[in-house]
Amino acid sequence: MNPTSDVVARLSGAIKRYGTLTALDGVDLVLHRGELLAVLGPNGAGKSTSISLLLGLIRPDGGRAELFGLDPQQIDARRRIGVMLQSAMLPLTLRVGELLKLVASYYPNPRSLEESAALAGIADLLKRPYGKLSGGQQRRVQFALALCGRPELVFLDEPTVGMDIDARQKLWAAMRALVAEGCSVVLTTHYLEEAEALAQRVVVMGKGRVLSEGSVDALRAQVPLTRIRCVTDLDATIVATWPQVASAEREGQRMRISTNAAEDVLRRLLHADASLSELEVQRAGLAEAFTELTREEHTEEESAIKQEAA
Amino acid sequence: MNAVSMSTSPSVNASPAMSTKRVIGAYVAEARSECIRYMRNPGFMLPILLFPTMFYLLFGIVMGKSEGADAARYLLASYGVFGVMSPGLFGFGISLALERDGGLLTYKRALPMPPGAYLLGKMLMAMVAAAIVILLLLTMGVAMAHVAISAQQAGLLLLTGVLGVLPFCALGMLVGTLIKGQGAPGMLNLVYLPMSFLSGLWIPMQMLPKVLQQIAPIWPSYHLHQVALAAIGMNHDAIGGHVLVLGGFAVVFFAIAARRLRRYG
Repeated sequence: MNPTSDVVARLSGAIKRYGTLTALDGVDLVLHRGELLAVLGPNGAGKSTSISLLLGLIRPDGGRAELFGLDPQQIDARRRIGVMLQSAMLPLTLRVGELLKLVASYYPNPRSLEESAALAGIADLLKRPYGKLSGGQQRRVQFALALCGRPELVFLDEPTVGMDIDARQKLWAAMRALVAEGCSVVLTTHYLEEAEALAQRVVVMGKGRVLSEGSVDALRAQVPLTRIRCVTDLDATIVATWPQVASAEREGQRMRISTNAAEDVLRRLLHADASLSELEVQRAGLAEAFTELTREEHTEEESAIKQEAA
Repeated sequence: MNAVSMSTSPSVNASPAMSTKRVIGAYVAEARSECIRYMRNPGFMLPILLFPTMFYLLFGIVMGKSEGADAARYLLASYGVFGVMSPGLFGFGISLALERDGGLLTYKRALPMPPGAYLLGKMLMAMVAAAIVILLLLTMGVAMAHVAISAQQAGLLLLTGVLGVLPFCALGMLVGTLIKGQGAPGMLNLVYLPMSFLSGLWIPMQMLPKVLQQIAPIWPSYHLHQVALAAIGMNHDAIGGHVLVLGGFAVVFFAIAARRLRRYG
């Protein structure tokens, strides 16, 4: 089988500048068929710019953007994708069913109205005007619009912003159903647990570059830290000087220690304080890995790319 | 990883082509939604319908009584043009300015909407609104001021309105690409009201100062007014030139606006 045949979207060496500001500085990104890729990064990292390039909304100043091997500005390429953007004011006076029919009319072989509505959990909203819905309901309608054309690839830009936990869980289930059908999904998100729960692959961006790419586990393994929490009388400043201890802080009664050799530190801890209690040991999550990866970015972030184009 | 063996072609595969019938269906769906959404929006429809009809009622019918039926007839063309300008300018200009700001245009560009369907939809919506305005004014003129107008003249006036809205659509579109968001209504009124006055839509041209009469041909509404007067038999000069000028305005405004839209989104 041709190794490139299951690539549905690709950025190669993509560069985008806005005046003197470089929003994307040579980004390579590959998305395979049936894969859910999460793109993470602080504001201004270049996530939205990357998505805009793949949607053909903007053109790269250097490098290339491809959808199904075609220029994204070709309508034949876009007939195979679905889109949910961060902020799109849809016509408020149209009913949900009318919006679905309109967007479905753009596609060669769309889902039926009922199927789209059931997948996104909005079957009860079809007759309501879009403007009368709550924020979370509107997001679900936008999700239904993204999948109504039976796309092979769906772009979801921060899809669960403004949703309560219940609605978010439902949307996650719907995304999993899409992927199970063989649909590819590109998801940008601020919520690390969302990437952790859904993504097969995670790309972390910062300052217009790809900082890291791999499975959630691989990303986590880049930061081999373990967190130890316990109630102890030991002095945090002394513990912090122990070998292999990255940091030690006091939080009220508790001490919090980060280490890359939990076993050794634990042995010493228990030896030093026989009355130690409420011991917890936890591997670093995606959040720690993410913080670690983007740490240098944070310091300069304020002055840097704030005005990333939407 | 993927169990299904795919065609080895790296580019387009498996996706069914969009049939011509479905492409046409997409244009129709877009135009239909555009019409429905504005007809349901009283904030948009009421000013468009109320301003010309109220002015016509006041100045054409009530105050025009003493002047005779000819005044009501003349003003039918004037307020008809005045009424046709607003769905073009506002329907296109404000909605485009707001939708560029609110992200709807970006969203539509990301979707596989057939090219031009967005603008065509708005254009049709403006034409429908223009037709409604003209029909309302015609009804008022005939029923309340007893304007003697033949079916052919009424039909020509309707045609003038429906096609005459197009240069104003193009002008509205141009303003909509220059201004984003909430600033557009003010700017459009700044175009709409002075232009109406200077084209003799409120006060007959002959009563305006000489210099204003001389510069009147630079306004598209002046030319549409001449065509509308001809339609109802109040202007017996040739109108070919006016029609050409209106077509020229439409093409130039549209070309500049489309260029800006493609460049800056």
